[in-house]
Amino acid sequence: MNNPILEVQGLSTTFHRGGVTLPALRDVSFNVGKGEVLGLVGESGSGKSVTLRSVLGLARRYGEVTGQVRWQGQDLTGLSEREMRHIRGREIAMIFQEPMTSLNPLLTVGRQLTETLKAHTDLNRRARKDRAIEMLDLVGIPAAASRLSDYPHQFSGGMRQRVMIAIALAVGPQLLLADEPTTALDVTIQAQILDLILKLSQDMDMGVILVTHDLGVVAQTCDRVAVMYAGRIVEQGAVRQVLKGPRHPYTVGLMQSVPEGVAPRTQLYSVPGTPPSLAALPQGCAFAPRCAFVSGPCAAQRPELESVGEGRELACFHPVEALDGVASKAGAHPASSPHMTEESAA
Amino acid sequence: MSETVLEVDNVTLAFPISRSLMDVVHRRPGKVVRALNGVSLALQRGETLGVVGESGCGKSTLARSIVRLYPPTSGHVRHHGQDVFGGEAKKDRDYNRRVQMMFQDPFSSLNPRMTTGQILSEALRVHEMRPEAEIPARVAELLDLVRLPQDAAEKLPHEFSGGQRQRIAIARALAVEPEVLIADELVSALDVSVQAQVVNLLLELQDRLGLTILFVAHDLRLVRHVSNRVAVIYLGRIVEIGDSETLFSNPSHPYSQALLSAAPSLDPDDKGQAQHLSGELPSPLNVPPGCAFHQRCRFASARCKSDIPTLRSLPNRGEVACHHAEEISENA
Repeated sequence: MNNPILEVQGLSTTFHRGGVTLPALRDVSFNVGKGEVLGLVGESGSGKSVTLRSVLGLARRYGEVTGQVRWQGQDLTGLSEREMRHIRGREIAMIFQEPMTSLNPLLTVGRQLTETLKAHTDLNRRARKDRAIEMLDLVGIPAAASRLSDYPHQFSGGMRQRVMIAIALAVGPQLLLADEPTTALDVTIQAQILDLILKLSQDMDMGVILVTHDLGVVAQTCDRVAVMYAGRIVEQGAVRQVLKGPRHPYTVGLMQSVPEGVAPRTQLYSVPGTPPSLAALPQGCAFAPRCAFVSGPCAAQRPELESVGEGRELACFHPVEALDGVASKAGAHPASSPHMTEESAA
Repeated sequence: MSETVLEVDNVTLAFPISRSLMDVVHRRPGKVVRALNGVSLALQRGETLGVVGESGCGKSTLARSIVRLYPPTSGHVRHHGQDVFGGEAKKDRDYNRRVQMMFQDPFSSLNPRMTTGQILSEALRVHEMRPEAEIPARVAELLDLVRLPQDAAEKLPHEFSGGQRQRIAIARALAVEPEVLIADELVSALDVSVQAQVVNLLLELQDRLGLTILFVAHDLRLVRHVSNRVAVIYLGRIVEIGDSETLFSNPSHPYSQALLSAAPSLDPDDKGQAQHLSGELPSPLNVPPGCAFHQRCRFASARCKSDIPTLRSLPNRGEVACHHAEEISENA
């Protein structure tokens, strides 16, 4: 891998609510290289969004963050809020899931764009306006100059997400954190927005962490992917490797529950059971109660995330052999037969 | 030939927007949102008809006007040949029972102050499905049907996960023994693995109870999986309707093609292959003349700008509303 710009080491985030300790992130480590797109996938509550918020120092207001976030040689977790403000928005930018609620409805789009520029650059008023027009143009908003004085409600959902991207990228950050940027959008608009993020990351040599729950989005956008379960990364590697030959039983289950290449109107595979509550995590592997390959050590001991070669990491005592990919695996093991979809949720 | 349970006949639905003061001053006519512009379809007994399209295309409006939440501006909805609007109160109630709707958001569609048991028994009581004494037994049976534990009857909706809440919604719909279920984005708010569980349950119940389902969703993979037939809607009009497998493997309308290619493939080797549609869905306040899709269509000709294409059958395909369907499918 080329030189990472962001190195996250042993990041843990714990929230305390009414006497209950909730370990939302536990010992998460990953790197992001220049111009690289890293995907974070997992079910709701697996810690994807908390990871982004912890990296950016937004989680520490509400919980306890430990571990290291090394940004260009500097540990961000030790910085004061004031110092953090210089990095947030300028060097690392973030876009959120809901383009409807993350823009200020009372300010024009132009005002919101130039506000960032005013805070982080020493451009003068005219230059800021030019830059704002240039950015709106770049993200594909037609008649950009005339739309600066429009309010967010005058834009459609897809256009608002473009405005968000324009604001995030106006200062030229080296890393973009994107939290489900297309989940609220239609597929046709999703495709446009993802194309845009991908193109801009290439043009600007910007790293991207893309949080999503859609494996298709990962396949079409990311270079590497990290699969999260109950606050941990359970499998990490190049997108091609992971999606074509998933080795962690959870990744396998996730891939199989996507209705693709399955006979229509047959029962879909579904990982039995539900994710554990953060307040009552199992002692060993958090996936053990739902896993088909579970054995003695799984319940007692936590598998560490270890390298298995070719830049791939895995946290499992019984990894699935990736010889013929998922398909053959599906036929060979009882875990994938339809009766396993029997519930669970109770 | 199978039996037509429900027929939507040329339904249009326009929501007038109240005229603003400026409109009155400038003597502009009031604006109208054209949500449905002549939709016709028929649901056959026991089938699942998928409805797909972008947000704002009229999918949910269609579902809602079928369950009589929105009376159509013109056109008819018929249930076994009987018009469902304008009937007598007693018939209406019977229709309400036989055609049940399930909503998208499991967090707002259940009364937070009623236990699951109360939610289910209310439905049974209102429609007089069972004598009072048999209601608890029927509630237990319904919970069993959707595989919720028996103690669920005592719990309030907030004690359940999203997937479990959708099970409650399904149980509530099934309580009144309907023949048609209208599922409006039933599983869209759920995670993939939970989605799979709810879809499995729906398919199984359909087989067991012989239900007819209208499945409205924007997740194309899911619609392909559950549907026998699929209708693609664009701006309040069906642009293509036909057998699910044929439509998904070989879409004929340029919009269906674009919609299908926009769904990201699971194969990383397809990266950068897909051709993406530019532009957005035009506003239903201002529906373009002619074919509503012509502004985004790469096959558009002069004729598309003036003539509205009607649905017509193509050999070995379903019905397509496109002037150039033949040429497009030849070149494909």
